[in-house]
Amino acid sequence: MLMRLAYRSLQSLLVTFCLFITVFATDLRAEDDLRAMINALGEGNFSQTAKQVEALAKTGDPKIVPALEALAAGDLYQRKSDKQVFLTKSSAGNLVLIDPLSGEEVGTEASGALAKIKVNNSLRRTVRAALGGLTLMSPDAGVRLQAAQTLLRAPSADALEQVETALAAETDGRVKTVLERARAAALLVSDRPDGEKKAAIAIIGKAGGQDSLSLLSAALASADDTLKPDIEAAIADIQDRQALWAAGQNVWYGLSLGSVLLLAAIGLAITFGVMGIINMAHGEMVMLGAYTTFVVQEVIRTSFPGLFDWSLAIALPLAFLVTGAVGLAIERGIIRFLYGRPLETLLATWGISLILQQAVRTIFGPTNREVGNPSWMSGAFELGGLTITWNRLWIIVFALAVFAALLFLLKKTPMGLQMRAVTQNRRMASSMGIRTPWVDALTFALGSGIAGIAGVALSQIDNVSPNLGQGYIIDSFMVVVFGGVGNLWGTLVGAFTLGILNKFLEPYAGAVLGKILVLVLIILFIQKRPRGLFALKGRAVEA
Amino acid sequence: MNEKKPTSLLYLDGVSVSFDGFKALNSLSFVIEPGELRAIIGPNGAGKTTMMDIITGKTRPDTGEVFFKGDIDLTKRDEAEIAQLGIGRKFQKPTVFESHTVWDNLELALNRKRGVFATLFYRMTPEDNARIEEILSTVRLSNRRNDLAASLSHGQKQWLEIGMLLAQEPELLLVDEPVAGMTDAETAETAILLKEIARTRSVVVVEHDMGFIRDLGVKVTCLAEGSVLAEGSIDFVSADQKVIENYLGR
Amino acid sequence: MITSFLLKSFDRTIVIAVAVILGLALIVPALNLLTAPDHPLHVPTYLVSLFGKYLTYALLALALDLVWGFCGILSLGHAAFFALGGYAMGMYLMRQIGARGSYGNPLLPDFMVFLNWKELPWFWYGFDMFWFAALMVVLVPGMLAFVFGWFAFRSRVNGVYLSIITQAMTFALLLAFFRNDMGFGGNNGLTDFKDILGFNIQAQGTRAALFAASAVALALSLILTSGMVRSKYGKILVGVRDAESRTRFLGYRVEHFKLFAFTISAMMAGVAGALYVPQVGIINPGEFDPANSIEVVIWTAVGGRGTLIGPIIGAVLVNGGKSVFTAAFPEFWLFALGGLFVLVTLFLPKGIVGTLQGWRARRKEYRKAAADEAARGQTAAEPVAAE
Repeated sequence: MLMRLAYRSLQSLLVTFCLFITVFATDLRAEDDLRAMINALGEGNFSQTAKQVEALAKTGDPKIVPALEALAAGDLYQRKSDKQVFLTKSSAGNLVLIDPLSGEEVGTEASGALAKIKVNNSLRRTVRAALGGLTLMSPDAGVRLQAAQTLLRAPSADALEQVETALAAETDGRVKTVLERARAAALLVSDRPDGEKKAAIAIIGKAGGQDSLSLLSAALASADDTLKPDIEAAIADIQDRQALWAAGQNVWYGLSLGSVLLLAAIGLAITFGVMGIINMAHGEMVMLGAYTTFVVQEVIRTSFPGLFDWSLAIALPLAFLVTGAVGLAIERGIIRFLYGRPLETLLATWGISLILQQAVRTIFGPTNREVGNPSWMSGAFELGGLTITWNRLWIIVFALAVFAALLFLLKKTPMGLQMRAVTQNRRMASSMGIRTPWVDALTFALGSGIAGIAGVALSQIDNVSPNLGQGYIIDSFMVVVFGGVGNLWGTLVGAFTLGILNKFLEPYAGAVLGKILVLVLIILFIQKRPRGLFALKGRAVEA
Repeated sequence: MNEKKPTSLLYLDGVSVSFDGFKALNSLSFVIEPGELRAIIGPNGAGKTTMMDIITGKTRPDTGEVFFKGDIDLTKRDEAEIAQLGIGRKFQKPTVFESHTVWDNLELALNRKRGVFATLFYRMTPEDNARIEEILSTVRLSNRRNDLAASLSHGQKQWLEIGMLLAQEPELLLVDEPVAGMTDAETAETAILLKEIARTRSVVVVEHDMGFIRDLGVKVTCLAEGSVLAEGSIDFVSADQKVIENYLGR
Repeated sequence: MITSFLLKSFDRTIVIAVAVILGLALIVPALNLLTAPDHPLHVPTYLVSLFGKYLTYALLALALDLVWGFCGILSLGHAAFFALGGYAMGMYLMRQIGARGSYGNPLLPDFMVFLNWKELPWFWYGFDMFWFAALMVVLVPGMLAFVFGWFAFRSRVNGVYLSIITQAMTFALLLAFFRNDMGFGGNNGLTDFKDILGFNIQAQGTRAALFAASAVALALSLILTSGMVRSKYGKILVGVRDAESRTRFLGYRVEHFKLFAFTISAMMAGVAGALYVPQVGIINPGEFDPANSIEVVIWTAVGGRGTLIGPIIGAVLVNGGKSVFTAAFPEFWLFALGGLFVLVTLFLPKGIVGTLQGWRARRKEYRKAAADEAARGQTAAEPVAAE
């Protein structure tokens, strides 16, 4: 036993010796020290390791950063045979050893030959703080920013001087702001005079956010009476601002839900609102649009992987054509025999919806199909206190674009003129030479096609399954009826009103109860104004 | 100003109503006396049907007063209530219960208790029976009594509807274009029928057919753009310059 | 007064239908209980329950027909009334379990113990008594229909608008009953019933009795609806369906007529639901699904709306077909059902019974015309109206 230990010491001495004569002759002394200190990380209990980390941090040498990071991540191992400490990465059941200072791979070992250096949360915090101090002086502004943020999250009085030094030297504006806050946070837990602390509270209060709130709350618990009012005021201020942002976020969620409702309802605003056809298969048109997107993406995945970001652009016209054609077939095959019998139309189209659902279930299976987000629709960004996801933003833009296009089509084109003519006075339009049956068929196909492109957009945020359409049909009818039948603007206002109302009720009532409340409100609203928000008045509507 | 109210059967004063900015009635005022037969003419959009809607409670006026039998404010009541007060209405398009027999149509129109439970436990009495028989012969439908109303000709449906109004025993009858789509013989008979009816109650007839109005030989009110243009005998009205411009001249 | 009402309700078709239903109420249980299992005429217990379920569906369809066929109100929320009646019965059955539940709590049903509830919610009081539960079976759906109809009919919500808001109503109830904190067992609903009126709910005799009860309920409802639609009230109802404004201008308060029919109909649906639950052994929020309500509409349409025996025949036929179909080709049932919706509305708008009645009426007319012709000899020249 003693022999082996002596042998290993000899071995390590030899290695050190070799290094000594080959490389970094000048740094040798320092590097040797560092290595010894790193190796010491593997010894003793958590608090001893923590002391070693602090000692390492005092050296201020950026070379130890990878080792400390690995320690925090649990990737630092000690070789059982010689107590040497290495960074590792796993490779086919074994661990590749990496020198903690040079970062070079120095061999492989079976994982059994290595012992992981254990970390607990308090050790992890120590490591992070140490890293924060080390990286504050890094030449890379990104590293400095991260370090400053780390320090801000876990302030310690010890780091205060470090931060102040760094702050004095800092030139980058962004890093400087964070550093100022980090300094304020550290100051709060230090024993500096109250005057400085008050200034620090003001800085943190101004920064706002959940982190500042928890910093201040922590400070409040240990603060004396002179500081308490300041802290409380700052907390109240942050909470006010948070409430405002939360309301803003709710508006955003509401707009987002509203745009989804608008997309789902806008085709219905044509078939139901303009033509008066109760199309219960409307939801299935949305579903078909979503499945078209799925098929397009499948083809792209297997044959043209480079085009994936274009998949939605390709799916849009295809979905419009597919659902438009299905709509045309439904109108010519069934609905045209049922004009003037709205309740029968309701039943027949319900039957169609069942058939379409089962057809899709038979072809694509009953489970959810995967539809991917193109890169430009993934991710999110921050706007003040709001988190905005790209897909939601694009869907709002898309919904409004579809709405505008439809409005233009109806108001400014000959096709739209004919549609309006036929819906207002069929006999007169027919005697003016308009082929009313074709206008009917095309209008219905248009409404269905729009439902299809809505499906393309909704495939980005909803599960693509045969039941997709079912979830939208009642909501869509509610939107159209609420907004006022036959009025596109009513549909727009209706969709966004219901969306925002829903999202504002949710925090108080919960998602399900919120939805129930909205339904009940709409039912009551229809009692009050049976023809919706923007009702047409007069004798014509009674006929 | 209201000195006419106590004696008149129907009293309209300053009635206006507009739909989406379009003024369907513009300060319309006129009076119907008990037992009067009045004809109302006017071009399309003059507000004739809207006026009937107002009187029968289908539409509420924006401003103005409508009184029945002196002091009953019709603007505060709905269709059913006004019908029970004794105002009957015949639509432009004959509206009868097509899937009921002629007899059942008259039975339903009969002026009896109209509540849910009264009708649920209603039993035909000999008086009701006799009354229906009487009306059947008045509107010349006795031999069609067991036929479905749907199988009647257009003119017969018009008469059935008039018969239903008689069964309702109203004090005021509003009749919208009763001879539209009728043959000349039917038109002449309808004129006689209406004059008969007007002996016991007031009747307001809206009609385009000038010949028919001449047959009736009564006071005529000409409406245009929602207000009264002229009022008087048919000859007086048809000589009026404004009436010719607005209506007859076309 | 009542007697004249009842007398009027019987015509030949109704007498026959009531006799057939009451006959079934005797024969099916008898064949189940009194014959040996290997006897060729033996009706197995599972079939008794299945047929019993059809009868409750038939009652539901009849209820819908009263408002849709005779008054033109297409309710897409009748499954809600059915489910509410079912829940009222389910609550009684839950209370009957007593301490025999998995948790052995004498007062609280299992799901409440599971949710850590300490007390019985107030709306569960009284459901340990059958008479109270039976009262609620008609009162709760009746009240909902009354309140809903009061608002809807008074503000003249008509046609498809009414259909859509009734659908919204059942959808809102569906969401509500899915919530655990509503106190109706959430997602799982109410199940694991043991006794009804002291009899074991699984026992053959109880099953046969439930079948008979369903048949009697159906027969009574048939007599009631027949009396209603044959009275002057019923004629006005049809008048409302065909020419609502004419009815109004004749001085009838259309909203009261609709409201009465709607409420009675909801109560009948509630009774149907209450008889359904003990026979299938479970009630869950799925019964509120808007799709269920629309299925009821198609049963009624297939059989013939506006006729009284049509919906009964339609409900039994479609559900019988469903049982056979889902067993043989489960994949294709929705195709068949969807196709049925389309075909019936396009080619059989009056339904089976309505079409048969139409044929019979036309044959009678033809015979009458021929007889008239013969009586008048060759001189008859009056043209027959083409309509």
